[in-house]
Amino acid sequence: MAQPHAPAPLKEGIIHEPASEHGGGFPPFESSTFAAQTLWLALAFGLLYYLMSKIALPQIAGILHDRQTRLSGDLDQAARAKAEADSARDTYERALKDAQDKAKGIAQTTREQLASEAETRRKSLEADLATKLAEAEGQIRTRTATAMSSVREVAADAATAIVERLTGQAPERGAVEAAYDRVAAPRPLSVH
Amino acid sequence: MAVKMDPIHQFELKPLVSFGHIGHQNIAFTQSALYMFLAVGLIALLTIWATKSRAVVPGRAQSLAEVFYEFIGQTVHQSAGHGSERFVPLVFSLFMFVLLLNLFGMIPYAFAVTSHIIVTFMLALVVILTVVIYGFMAHGTHFLGLFVPPGVPGWLKPLIVVIEVVSFISRPISLSVRLFANMLAGHIALKIFAGFVPALLAAGVWGILSPLPLALSVAVTALEMLVAVLQAYVFATLTSIYLSDALHPGH
Repeated sequence: MAQPHAPAPLKEGIIHEPASEHGGGFPPFESSTFAAQTLWLALAFGLLYYLMSKIALPQIAGILHDRQTRLSGDLDQAARAKAEADSARDTYERALKDAQDKAKGIAQTTREQLASEAETRRKSLEADLATKLAEAEGQIRTRTATAMSSVREVAADAATAIVERLTGQAPERGAVEAAYDRVAAPRPLSVH
Repeated sequence: MAVKMDPIHQFELKPLVSFGHIGHQNIAFTQSALYMFLAVGLIALLTIWATKSRAVVPGRAQSLAEVFYEFIGQTVHQSAGHGSERFVPLVFSLFMFVLLLNLFGMIPYAFAVTSHIIVTFMLALVVILTVVIYGFMAHGTHFLGLFVPPGVPGWLKPLIVVIEVVSFISRPISLSVRLFANMLAGHIALKIFAGFVPALLAAGVWGILSPLPLALSVAVTALEMLVAVLQAYVFATLTSIYLSDALHPGH
């Protein structure tokens, strides 16, 4: 035990208790310092606990909570914006598809209309041509017939003239024609 | 050799203001108390001043405070489970306090407050008293079920209860001695290895060996940094595990 009236045992600023049954000079076991250390520890740790539990940690927890709220809010907003963008894209695609369908329809009807017009024109032209062809064929036929009858006359004339020159006397017209018919009849003239 | 080799000298308390004696007790404001309040001030600076702008995108100091808070919150939640949120301030205060005091001890010529058993024991006592008081307040006599694990055959119960009680009582002792002994041993080792350097230099030709203890001192310093952080974490984790008993005594 320290002397009750000894001056504070400060030697070179160091607590130097005489070796006692509690400590034996080893500072951590110097029991005479325990009360003071406990007192300062209680004050310091009490202050720390008060500051942490009343000010610091609620503040930090608030910061983290605010950030969480803000993040989830931002994420919600982003999700909403994405949904809007998606629906806008759907609308656009639908409109595009409608327009394409419409364009295709217009093209189809136009093509069909043009085709039917062309067909009609072609048909009328063909009919026209067919009539003209028929007319022409008819003409050719009449002309051929005319020509054929003319050939008979010319041939008869020529034959008469030849016979007259050779014999000095004109043959009978009917005999000449009969002879011509005998020669020409088996092979009629091909017109076409 | 005039080199002071006493490795115990560093643990002596130096009174800055002395208030005399009360009986056997020497009441003084020592450098130890100064470091305690320095730690409190620094922690308050980090957790209150650095976060007062409440920035959504945190700066360096604010994000450090947030990291500590989330880390302790996670540790407490994992160890103590449901309902443990109310103990986060206590575990956070303990962790930061022990961490800062341990790290202060690593500054050359500074003092390691946690190398005094009375400090670590009082901190452990805070933990155990919290467990006991909260346990009885929340669960009444059910809290005593902590000492009777379920599924133990009847004849074994008395023995198990004695073992459980002894294990419970030894908790504050192991909690405080672990931290105290780690800090004390580390600082003694550091001091001894570092003391070899001037001792060898003063011993003439043996001075060429002095880089060896110097290198060892550097290595031990790195190790002690690790121990300083690790012991604070261990203290916080064990506190959470003990608090889990107060929250869920019937597990």
